[in-house]
Amino acid sequence: MPPRPDTAGLFPRAGAAQAWHNWRRHFSDFAQTHWRELTIAVPYLWLLVFFLVPFFIVLKISLAESLIASPPFSPLIEWAEGEALRIRIIFDNFAWLLEDELYVQTYLNSLKISTVSTVLCLLIGYPIAYAIVRAPPGARHILLLLIILPFWTSFLLRVYAWIGILADRGTINNFLMWTGVIDQPVRLLYSEFAVYLGIVYSYLPFMILPLYANMEKLDATLREAASDLGAHPATTFFTVTLPLTVPGIVAGALLVFIPATGEFVIPDLLGGGNVLMIGKVLYGEFNANHDWPVAAAVAIALLVVLVAPMMLYQHFQSREMEPGKWR
Amino acid sequence: MNPKRSTFLFSVLCFGMAFLYVPMALLVLYSFNHSKLVPVWGGFSLRWYKTLFTSEEVWNALTLSLQVAVVNATFATLLGTLAGLALVRFGRFRGRTLFTGMISAPLVMPEVITGLSLLLLFITMNELLGWPSSRGVTTITIAHITFSMAYVAVIIQSRLSGVAQDLEEAAQDLGGKPLRVMFDITLPLLAPGMLAGWLLAFTLSLDDLVIASFVSGPGANTLPMLIYSRVRLGLRPDINALATIIIMTVAIGVALAGYLLMRQRKQIDRDRQMAAAGAAT
Repeated sequence: MPPRPDTAGLFPRAGAAQAWHNWRRHFSDFAQTHWRELTIAVPYLWLLVFFLVPFFIVLKISLAESLIASPPFSPLIEWAEGEALRIRIIFDNFAWLLEDELYVQTYLNSLKISTVSTVLCLLIGYPIAYAIVRAPPGARHILLLLIILPFWTSFLLRVYAWIGILADRGTINNFLMWTGVIDQPVRLLYSEFAVYLGIVYSYLPFMILPLYANMEKLDATLREAASDLGAHPATTFFTVTLPLTVPGIVAGALLVFIPATGEFVIPDLLGGGNVLMIGKVLYGEFNANHDWPVAAAVAIALLVVLVAPMMLYQHFQSREMEPGKWR
Repeated sequence: MNPKRSTFLFSVLCFGMAFLYVPMALLVLYSFNHSKLVPVWGGFSLRWYKTLFTSEEVWNALTLSLQVAVVNATFATLLGTLAGLALVRFGRFRGRTLFTGMISAPLVMPEVITGLSLLLLFITMNELLGWPSSRGVTTITIAHITFSMAYVAVIIQSRLSGVAQDLEEAAQDLGGKPLRVMFDITLPLLAPGMLAGWLLAFTLSLDDLVIASFVSGPGANTLPMLIYSRVRLGLRPDINALATIIIMTVAIGVALAGYLLMRQRKQIDRDRQMAAAGAAT
């Protein structure tokens, strides 16, 4: 029953309650009819502002000129006389990247290190994932938990652990010198070897988990059929199991390859000054040299290299997540 | 399976687990080393724990990190749940392709790129809007929410795809308004996924070094930033002590969660058996 306006006037608190009630009804009507739009709009806007727009800013600054000022780059769009926009686009930063031998070398080296690490992760991770799938069901959960567990501890500290193992006076060198195999410490830390070890160690779970998820769904009867028909276990593996696990291999490989290419912590802590990787150069350009336009150009160039694998990953991801796939 | 093959698989597992856990075990072992030289054993001691606990710098960094992690996890869970719901339950909508792209890209985007681009965004925003005038806790939190929500969205998506839509449809057929169905049926079904998402977002935030170093300002040091500035210069026994505490906390938490899950599963099995026995009589 709608209250009469005069009573609302006489009892201001009742009026306020009424207004609150009305507002709530309006809001709930709005939410009831537009909740879909709201559900989409909130995360959508967040990602537009904090994920997509920043890339255009990076692109813009990569085309600017380095200045000793704050911010240390020239404006791309300036208000010249009148309202005409004068657009200055300078490709110098990119030209510099291409001309400078060091940058080209660094890109190639990053790609080499991430490719080799991905292959190593696959070679080590595939048998482990396979062994977990074939383990008794009770043990399977615990093994899976043990693979995931390192995710929950600090990445930085797990990389740090290898400094203690590989250092000149570290665990391995101490052990080898104690047994008398060597009498001078071997250089293990601050080498490309240490970087490979660090990447494989840190990213191995990223390879095992998609492989496991893929293998778990495999139909065991196919394998049994192959061996019933007389196929050698190796033949069964190469003609049945391996082709069926390709989606898992691709997902795992991309999850290792993409972040490893831009890795900063591992080459910095384990590679020292001896290993060039693009993530480290970007960080250095930005933090030590304060050359923001070059840092932005390095970022854009890295993104160009990674765009194809990232789209491939997204293709797999969206296929995996297709609505109603499990129904 | 023939015994030769199962021996092979067993040794693969042993090797894999050793590879993953021996470095962490050494990290823990050296934290109790009295010697200042980390890998040289100088007798059992707790002196590095004392050094760690009496360091004000460590406490400040820890407080800041926890603060960022809690706020980040809460917002990331909200946004990620909304995003996951939209992607799984709403079918096609305009801009869906861009949306899926923006949700899955942060999962694989190199951190240096995310960090740099967010920093440049904050600087540009400050120039145009006058906010954020200084960088620190707020900018780190925003940056963390942006990549954590993508992880939460993936967890929610896989959870929702696994849950049949029947319950929601039944509630709707019985006259439940869409929003009511969402709150009474969908969200309770999603609660475990949201909890998992919250915890993941929390640890992702506690773990991040690169993005935080880009978007942080003077004076705001998170725990990973502090650890990094110390270990850059070599081995630090007090960092081993810190690592031990982190590893122990995670191990205890996981063991507890595992125990609770196992008990729940046993209870469900028992209920099923009871039900089956009841049906048989």
